Amino acid sequence: MASSRGIALLLCFPLLALLIEAGLSPLDLLAHLWATVLPTYLLNSAGLVCGTVLLCLLLGAPAGWLMARCQIPGRRWLNWALVLPLAMPGYLVAYVYTDLLDYAGWVQQSLRNLFGWQQPGDYYFPPIRSLGGAIGVLSLVLYPYVYLLSRAGFAELAPQLIESARMQGYGHWRRWWHLELPLVRPAIAVGLSLVAMETLADFGTVSYFAVPTLTTAVNDVWLGYGELGAAAQISLGLLALVGLTLLMERVSRGRQQRYQRQSLLQPTAALVLRPIVCVLAVGYLLALIVLGFLLPCGVLMYYAWQVWDGEWPAGLWDASFNSLQVAGWAALVASIMALLILFSQRLNLKLAWPRQWAGLGYAMPGTVLAIGILIPLTATDFGLNALLAGLGQPEPGLILTGSLFALIAAYVVRFIAMALGAIESSYGRIPPSLDMASRALGHGANSLLWRVHLPLLRRGILTGALLIFIEAMKELPAALMLRPFNYETLATLVYQYVKAEQLAEGAFPALLIVAVGLLPLLFMNHYLGERKS
Amino acid sequence: MGWRHLVSLSLLLVFQAQAAEEVNVYSARQAHLIEPIVRQFTEQSGIKVNLVYAEDGLAERLKREGRLTPADLVLTVDISRLMELVDADLVQPVRSPSLEQAIPTQYRDPEGRWFALTTRVRGIYSSKERLGQLSTIRYEDLADSKYKGRICTRSGKHQYNVALVASMLAHQGEAKTRQWLEGVKANLARKPQGNDRDQVKAIKEGVCDLSLGNSYYYGNMLEDANQKSWAEAVYLNFPNQADRGAHVNVSGVVMTKYAKHPEAAQRLMEYLVGDQAQQLYAELNKEYPVKSGVALSPLVASWGQYRADDLSLVTIAKHRTQAMKLLDEVKFDL
Repeated sequence: MASSRGIALLLCFPLLALLIEAGLSPLDLLAHLWATVLPTYLLNSAGLVCGTVLLCLLLGAPAGWLMARCQIPGRRWLNWALVLPLAMPGYLVAYVYTDLLDYAGWVQQSLRNLFGWQQPGDYYFPPIRSLGGAIGVLSLVLYPYVYLLSRAGFAELAPQLIESARMQGYGHWRRWWHLELPLVRPAIAVGLSLVAMETLADFGTVSYFAVPTLTTAVNDVWLGYGELGAAAQISLGLLALVGLTLLMERVSRGRQQRYQRQSLLQPTAALVLRPIVCVLAVGYLLALIVLGFLLPCGVLMYYAWQVWDGEWPAGLWDASFNSLQVAGWAALVASIMALLILFSQRLNLKLAWPRQWAGLGYAMPGTVLAIGILIPLTATDFGLNALLAGLGQPEPGLILTGSLFALIAAYVVRFIAMALGAIESSYGRIPPSLDMASRALGHGANSLLWRVHLPLLRRGILTGALLIFIEAMKELPAALMLRPFNYETLATLVYQYVKAEQLAEGAFPALLIVAVGLLPLLFMNHYLGERKS
Repeated sequence: MGWRHLVSLSLLLVFQAQAAEEVNVYSARQAHLIEPIVRQFTEQSGIKVNLVYAEDGLAERLKREGRLTPADLVLTVDISRLMELVDADLVQPVRSPSLEQAIPTQYRDPEGRWFALTTRVRGIYSSKERLGQLSTIRYEDLADSKYKGRICTRSGKHQYNVALVASMLAHQGEAKTRQWLEGVKANLARKPQGNDRDQVKAIKEGVCDLSLGNSYYYGNMLEDANQKSWAEAVYLNFPNQADRGAHVNVSGVVMTKYAKHPEAAQRLMEYLVGDQAQQLYAELNKEYPVKSGVALSPLVASWGQYRADDLSLVTIAKHRTQAMKLLDEVKFDL
């Protein structure tokens, strides 16, 4: 389908622009960096991604399994609470934990008082500003991706498969290992790849923790050396890493295709855990919620309460509205584009490149992506102006880059990967026989999309849209660079307060980011939690 | 649908641009500092000021927007950032007797392409308890082995440190500067991290005894309830007072090459070096006004006179890339 190719091409424009930028620049700065600091940065990036992916897998997948397949007390409540950390911007969690865990923080102070230590040299405490600290903080806010997708995967396992395995005499563990895990693996892989890309593109958290990674190199090269081309070269290297990882996952899955019929049967009876196991399980789930959400949120509230004088800081409502507006548009546009791309692929399985290329923006650091957006959009603006001038009209100036268009475009490119992932995994549950049946019954492509796929994809579309909404609420670097005059979002407001060391005032917009992110999160959870067939 | 829409939108935009006098500013300086100054300007002149605040990336945006850019002025810090705009041919010269009178020659471009608005000293903070005031300290001393394990700093590649290293390169050449950087690195109490204030906090906590930091942070910390105790644990020392003087950097302003409101923009520039705005810079952010005769904040005045390095700012900017490379080569941050 032409539209899907067109959309994917549009989404790739920033990438192409960077490719050209990179190709036009000499490699000598890169060579200099390679001879000095780049190997260390590369190792840090690799360590960070591997560590975060592994930890998210360990934190998220068991939680997904427990919630989907076991009887857990307080299940309804835990079900949505486990997603809450997603609403927390990583850089804020990093800040809060540093405040708690560094030398002057509450934890070390208490330890010093308890044991009578006097100076830093008297005892060892693992430094929070380190690779380990960054892995921990990023995992705490990113594990919900793995949790959400694996929970959905485990919950939607066809009961008849599990029942027949049980009848064959397969025990819990063998069933889990040989049947459930392979079936859910694609879902978990999608979650992990989101985590990996988010981690690779992160700059806020790692720079706060003084862990230089490839994004540090990108920033150094661009802002310190003033060499945009070299920054593009490193960014493309980042993308290549991501592409390679995704490819490896796909290859290892081989040519397996899985389609499960959505079952009309009741889901399999939830496993009853032994009391001691149950207590451990609940404790583990609660720990995730406390560490990823309640604790950082509580600290922010405490900051806010300290300076509360009965008045909201100026500009808060405008910024909230702006954030809602940008995030809402981004979610809407990205969902529609993702749906069209995947629908075309469904109609023509050979048309795989649009889906593979469209999602790559997610792994680009926000600043680089912002430049990638500026290059084609300003070019378009110049074209528009020339056109209007040619028609004898006054020049309108920057229509695209001077308005919200640029920012929304940046978010669509950056976050469409989520919509693609979510809708794709929903598509996996619609057997192709359904398409064939409806085609045989005389439905054309449009009718197939509107009347057959759309109702069945509802959940996937909604999940994707809401994930994008939440991410766009939190996004900072592109918002800083691309926003119009006199326009602040909640994230840029937080940033400015933090920059000015007015952390307490910054807690208000920070809490609002969380609160506004919570609403759709709760809605989504409610919607996804219901199993309507 | 879109066609008529587009035309009417464009007409609207043009109309809006002419409706009231205004200036569009890209600002790398923070809102809490700029807003009060700009508010007074608008009250007095009736000219509306529109702002985008971002520390990084606005130069790139300006470059890409080319002749269509809506921005009239760029406010930024660090001489290298100013020169970056000049070198990329994104600015236009401004001829203004009041700017030229207010700003000493070493703090503006002879052709009027950039103007400094404030100055700040890269100082050395020392622990009151463990080192006391060090009135004779030099930047060179930071490499002395007697300070082993006692120095804290933010990332070497932050623009403030890069400018300091660039000034060392200009004065002493590459070999000596490399030796110095290696010495400082060997003396660090911990990996470079955080901002200038975090280093003073670390001194208070006993992590280290000396740190590099800009002068105005001292005053700003003293006025912050949470950070007062950090600042009270240290002295601010002006380095190299017996020889070349302390390294000074600037914040400044340029007019963009394609400014759409050059007259209004020039009025804002002139306002920024006027007594009122200069005093606000001094009071709100504890910087040194670039205009002589403007009163310092009493707090800043209490730190006493200092001798500033008279190395030309443009020379410092020219050594930026070399400084970055050197910092990478000695792996200062790793």
